[in-house]
Amino acid sequence: MTSEEMVLDQREVPVIAPGHTFASVTHKISAIVLERPLSVGWMLGFMFCGSLVLMLGVAIGYLVLRGTGIWGVNIPVGWGFAIINFVWWIGIGHAGTLISAILHLFRQQWRNSINRFAEAMTLFAVMCAGIFPLIHTGRPWLAYWMFPYPSSMGTWPQFRSPLIWDVFAVSTYGTISLVFWYTGLIPDFATLRDRAQNKYARMVYGLLALGWRGSAKHWKRYESAYLLLAGLSTPLVLSVHTVVSFDFAISIMPGWHTTIFPPYFVAGAIYSGFAMVLILAIPIRAIYNLRDMITERHLNNAAKVMLATGLIVAYGYFMEIFLAWYGPNLSDKLLVHTRFFGPYAGPYWALWICNIIIPQLLWFKKVRTSPVPLFLVSLVVLFGMWLERFVIVVISLHRDYMPSSWGMYYPTRWDWMTYIGTLGLFMSAIFLFVRILPMISIFEIRMLLPEAEVKRG
Amino acid sequence: MMMDPETKKQREDVCPGKKLELATVQAELAKVQGPEYWRSLEELAGSSEFREMMHREFPKGASEWVDAVSRRGFLRLMGASMALAGMTACTRQPVEPIVPYAKQPEEIIPGRPLFFATAMTLGGCAQPLLVESHMGRPTKAEGNPEHPAGLAGSDIFAQASLLDMYDPDRAQHPALLGDTRSWKAFSDAIRGPLASQKAVGGEGLRLLTPPVSSPTLADQLRALLQMFPKAKWHQYSPLHRDAVLGGAQMAFGQPVETQYRLEGADVVLSLDADFLAPTFPGALRLTRDFVARRNPDAAMNRLYVVETAPSPTGAKADHRLPLRAAEVEKFARALASALGISAGASTLSGEEAKWLATVVQELQAHHGASVVICGEHQPAAVHALAHAINERLGNAGRTVIYTETVHASPVDQTNSLRELVADMRAGKVEMLFILGGNPVYDAPADLDFASALKDSKIPVTVYHGLYENETAQLCPWFTHDAHYLEAWSDGRACDGTISVVQPLIAPLYEGRSVHELLAMMMGQGGVTGYEIVRDYWQKQNKAGDFEAAWRRALHDGFMAGTAYAPQAVTVKAANFGAAAADDSGLELNFRRDPCVLDGSLANNGWLQELPKPMSKMTWDNPAWIGPGMAQRLGLKSEDVVELELNGKKVRNAVWVQAGHADNAVTVFLGYGRRRAGRAGSGAGFDVYPLRTSDAPWRASGVKLSKTGDTYKLASTQGYQTIDTEVGAKPVMRAGSLEEYKQHPEFAQEMVEAPTPGLTLYPNVNYGKDPNFNALGYAWGMAIDQNSCVGCNACMVACVSENNIAVVGKEQVVRGRHMHWIRVDAYYQGDRANPSAYFQPVPCMQCENAPCELVCPVGATTHSTEGLNDMVYNRCIGTRYCSNNCPYKVRRFNFLLFQDFETPQLKMMRNPDVSVRSRGVMEKCTYCVQRINQARIESEKDDREIRDGEIQTACQQACPAGAIIFGNVNDKNSKVAKLKAQARNYSMLADLNTRPRTTYLAEVRNPNPELAG
Repeated sequence: MTSEEMVLDQREVPVIAPGHTFASVTHKISAIVLERPLSVGWMLGFMFCGSLVLMLGVAIGYLVLRGTGIWGVNIPVGWGFAIINFVWWIGIGHAGTLISAILHLFRQQWRNSINRFAEAMTLFAVMCAGIFPLIHTGRPWLAYWMFPYPSSMGTWPQFRSPLIWDVFAVSTYGTISLVFWYTGLIPDFATLRDRAQNKYARMVYGLLALGWRGSAKHWKRYESAYLLLAGLSTPLVLSVHTVVSFDFAISIMPGWHTTIFPPYFVAGAIYSGFAMVLILAIPIRAIYNLRDMITERHLNNAAKVMLATGLIVAYGYFMEIFLAWYGPNLSDKLLVHTRFFGPYAGPYWALWICNIIIPQLLWFKKVRTSPVPLFLVSLVVLFGMWLERFVIVVISLHRDYMPSSWGMYYPTRWDWMTYIGTLGLFMSAIFLFVRILPMISIFEIRMLLPEAEVKRG
Repeated sequence: MMMDPETKKQREDVCPGKKLELATVQAELAKVQGPEYWRSLEELAGSSEFREMMHREFPKGASEWVDAVSRRGFLRLMGASMALAGMTACTRQPVEPIVPYAKQPEEIIPGRPLFFATAMTLGGCAQPLLVESHMGRPTKAEGNPEHPAGLAGSDIFAQASLLDMYDPDRAQHPALLGDTRSWKAFSDAIRGPLASQKAVGGEGLRLLTPPVSSPTLADQLRALLQMFPKAKWHQYSPLHRDAVLGGAQMAFGQPVETQYRLEGADVVLSLDADFLAPTFPGALRLTRDFVARRNPDAAMNRLYVVETAPSPTGAKADHRLPLRAAEVEKFARALASALGISAGASTLSGEEAKWLATVVQELQAHHGASVVICGEHQPAAVHALAHAINERLGNAGRTVIYTETVHASPVDQTNSLRELVADMRAGKVEMLFILGGNPVYDAPADLDFASALKDSKIPVTVYHGLYENETAQLCPWFTHDAHYLEAWSDGRACDGTISVVQPLIAPLYEGRSVHELLAMMMGQGGVTGYEIVRDYWQKQNKAGDFEAAWRRALHDGFMAGTAYAPQAVTVKAANFGAAAADDSGLELNFRRDPCVLDGSLANNGWLQELPKPMSKMTWDNPAWIGPGMAQRLGLKSEDVVELELNGKKVRNAVWVQAGHADNAVTVFLGYGRRRAGRAGSGAGFDVYPLRTSDAPWRASGVKLSKTGDTYKLASTQGYQTIDTEVGAKPVMRAGSLEEYKQHPEFAQEMVEAPTPGLTLYPNVNYGKDPNFNALGYAWGMAIDQNSCVGCNACMVACVSENNIAVVGKEQVVRGRHMHWIRVDAYYQGDRANPSAYFQPVPCMQCENAPCELVCPVGATTHSTEGLNDMVYNRCIGTRYCSNNCPYKVRRFNFLLFQDFETPQLKMMRNPDVSVRSRGVMEKCTYCVQRINQARIESEKDDREIRDGEIQTACQQACPAGAIIFGNVNDKNSKVAKLKAQARNYSMLADLNTRPRTTYLAEVRNPNPELAG
């Protein structure tokens, strides 16, 4: 389908509102960075999120000073908020890669208006996620032992451990995402360089643009590099969360030891990722008046992806229950019983409400295309996906094979401070991003315009 | 380690920091509670302010000397600072020749421990011990396997006594009104008053001691009473056995001691006697004898227990009947009547009557091969009845023997204290020496010892003890005692065998033993404890070579052949009193705490953190009520109630204990100490205010009211029935004797285990292989659940051997206790009277260890001998191994739990075991340090390690021999033979972890007539 046809297709809302030209697109997006004055709202929001980052610093500093014991973790619940948050953040990141890489390969051009900030979101989410595996160790200053470096002691990581796979999966993911994002930014850096009035801005954007001049050769190389990176990123969408799920699936704990985890984790990751995309996109398009570029079509499509992945996740929940009932394993049966009726039954049923019941609203087009309800559903899904990780990590551990060692997990204020601190870090990064970089890809939006069509004789 | 003095000085000169005020230090010290103390004092001592304060000649607080409280605090601090300053450098050896060390210093090989025989006296009985000494520092107590009464194994108190010895809270100097005084000042101060007492024959002189079993001390006391003929010697311990001796007096007309010989008993009936708990006299031997008769392949005995509060003995019972203490008396009378003893009429209800009839039938069927044991909490009449019953059943002289009591001059202790208090109030006492004990805290409430002491204005009062406790606070003069590992003494074991207590170290704080104090009183100043004890025995040994006998006694740890001979006594009593009238009031029972006893051990962090056998409670003494009563009153565990008796009220938290008798409350003594030290002060609830002299163990008509408050309790297990949805079978397996006879493999077949070898991967062969397992050892452990009596000795032994940290109540609440071996208690069946089972759980040392697979840095790896080794230095603390451990035996240092600073505690540690720091995982190693020691020895001799040569610490401490360790490759080893038994099963075998630690399923021997 060509973009013209898309615009003409009356049944679908267009991906870009009619009336835009190359110049209007370029101006509209670059002006947010280059011309728009700092608003009080932005300042207050950034200061608030920045103070949460300071809180994160305090929480981590005290953790290094005193030890993991300031958190609520214990024996038997050896993992708590840190791992829950790690999996949650990593999952959120997945939507960005899916949008920019897989949808690119599938030539889904509607992605062009949301891929930039979705990728930024990926990077920031991976950044937040990356904090946790480091600080959750008892001796964070030795966490580098997880890397295979030539040690004078001749020691080496233990490659059978999924945590080592995690190290590789997450660091690869972070690197590729950064390179992919940066590559996609180069033409837009050049645009900003050319339009900037401020000397320093011109210099900085000029450096970042790596000498981009927009020649046909540049474009050719750019397109092939971008395609290759998209190809490289695509398997990562599936592999990273698969490896993260191995952290649980490889173990022998009831509730962890299950083959359904890899697909169900990947689906859950995309589910929460799209929820985060919507949570960011809906306010941004309102505040920066971008409803013409992030249209109802985008909201509709993102909501459909959520609905689909949400159903996969629901299938996963049902299968866990079904297999516990159908299988011979007593400890699995106990686990399901504990989830239903145990001390953490509240979070478990909240998970059902958030992740399965409420998202069924997305069957209605009205909900999918109305920003406010969609925003609320996305918030609920994001919270539900956090609860899912809580259920997996805490409920499975707190009552395992050994009735004598059953325990409870109560997060401490330091757990909360660290978690909320990473939310602050994420939001601070987003605040900076929308002011410093073009949050929508200028040149890719221009490609959607009818002018971009190559007219053949 | 300490900085060198010069650096220290420089730092102080350059950076004086802020000045530390005395008040601040006091406030700091007051803030710290529990084992946090270990950390806080260290932090305090490490701060530059504190060093600066020590550096100044007089702290600022010196200006506050007029204020008595401040002055006392200041002196305490000075004492602490002296200890801190002086402790690091050296351990001082006792100067006397303790065998074999002093005369043969060439025996000392650095890094190799020596063992000395000594004995610990607790509750009047001496427990023979072998104490390990590293370079002059006692580091571990073990039982003395040679001893006729002790045999192998020890108990929690012997194991934990080591921590008492190094307790930095122990008093460190004599004091007058809290001001430090020298020993000389003390002896000068008492000389005058003693001389005037001598002039009047000691009319105003009183001594108060706990019961005494030391022959030397008894001799000294006799000598003192000769010197002061009108003086009086009183004895009191809150754990007195007045009823036991009173019962013997009633039955036989003389206060004989009862000893039980369970090896010959086919049927055992306990009338509220917890004879398998280490607090029962002679428990080590009783445990061993009892367990010897629990082998289902031989003639198995049968245990009936009637009790109020669930106990380890009740847990081992084949049939258990929970009755209120008053009903136990009724039961005993009914039993006696059924056997033809006129014991007053007593009727039992249907179920109990059936129970009784069965018991009577069984006892009669095993004439001369049964035993009825009566608990010390029962009144004298019940004891007398038990004697009569045993005589009637032909047990006297066979399974029950009577001997002289080990206590010198046994008296009714309650009366003895009552007389003393009366004399004090009447103003007859001019000089009072309290030698040990803590009557201000633990005397019966109605005697009000504290106010008697305060009001009577006794001119000279001296308290001699290890701690400046509640009693010391009310006595102007305080003198500090020496710990048993620091001073010479002697004592009698429960069978009468004499042991010499030889010290392993010179007194850390120059404390003096009670022998030396008495010598001082008798004007024999300068005589050492060694001379006193040795001279006494020299006088006893008129014939023969004393020197050789003395050396032999020191070497062996006991004097052979000094056990009491059985006495032939017959029951003379015909009247056993009348049964008490039926009383429907709520019954209040007092019990000693299983860990801190009467409160004297309250400052011992190892005992405080030791989960109590049945409730797995730590750091507290909640009142027990049964589940039925809890439901009726709407109470649940952790609710706070108020107990009111005779107008006195105490608050206590509630613990709903499965199996507790209905309509009764059990409270535990020993908590709510006000001046115990950092670990003990303020922990738990003081219930002594309810305890009166006429109702020391059982009172009726207590009022219990809900307060609406709650109180956090730190139980390591909580109430877990084994009947969980997951089912018990994978974890804990037990069956009846009948079941076992018909189907010996019942335990193995309860759970379907994967077929060995059913895997894609080659199985590791742990056989002898020059390329892999060159020496051919494969270490394994077998734990016989039939033998385990839940005494917890293994846990404290492990703590002591492996330098395991105490974490404190708050951390236990959070689930961070550090024990490498735990004893799980599972309950099965009706909560009103469930069956209970113990299961000690060390590391399983799995061959397919789930922990090893998931460690990202290879900090936990498999040895060629099958050990699951933990490399602390490599651990980065992801805790993944613990998550993946199905047995949950791994322990993590969530915070800096170890104390790396307090010098005393440094001296205490086992130098063969790493002290783990923060952020590191740890777990049971099968005492790998002992394995390696044995390996070195065997390789020196070019031989294989012999079976039994290596004993793990838990195995060595176990009085029941329930834990067996060895080489499973050696088919003739004890462990391999146990593992070959039909009862052998692996915990959670279905997970295919292939544990090296396996269990022998518990087999109970219920009476078919009562079953079902």
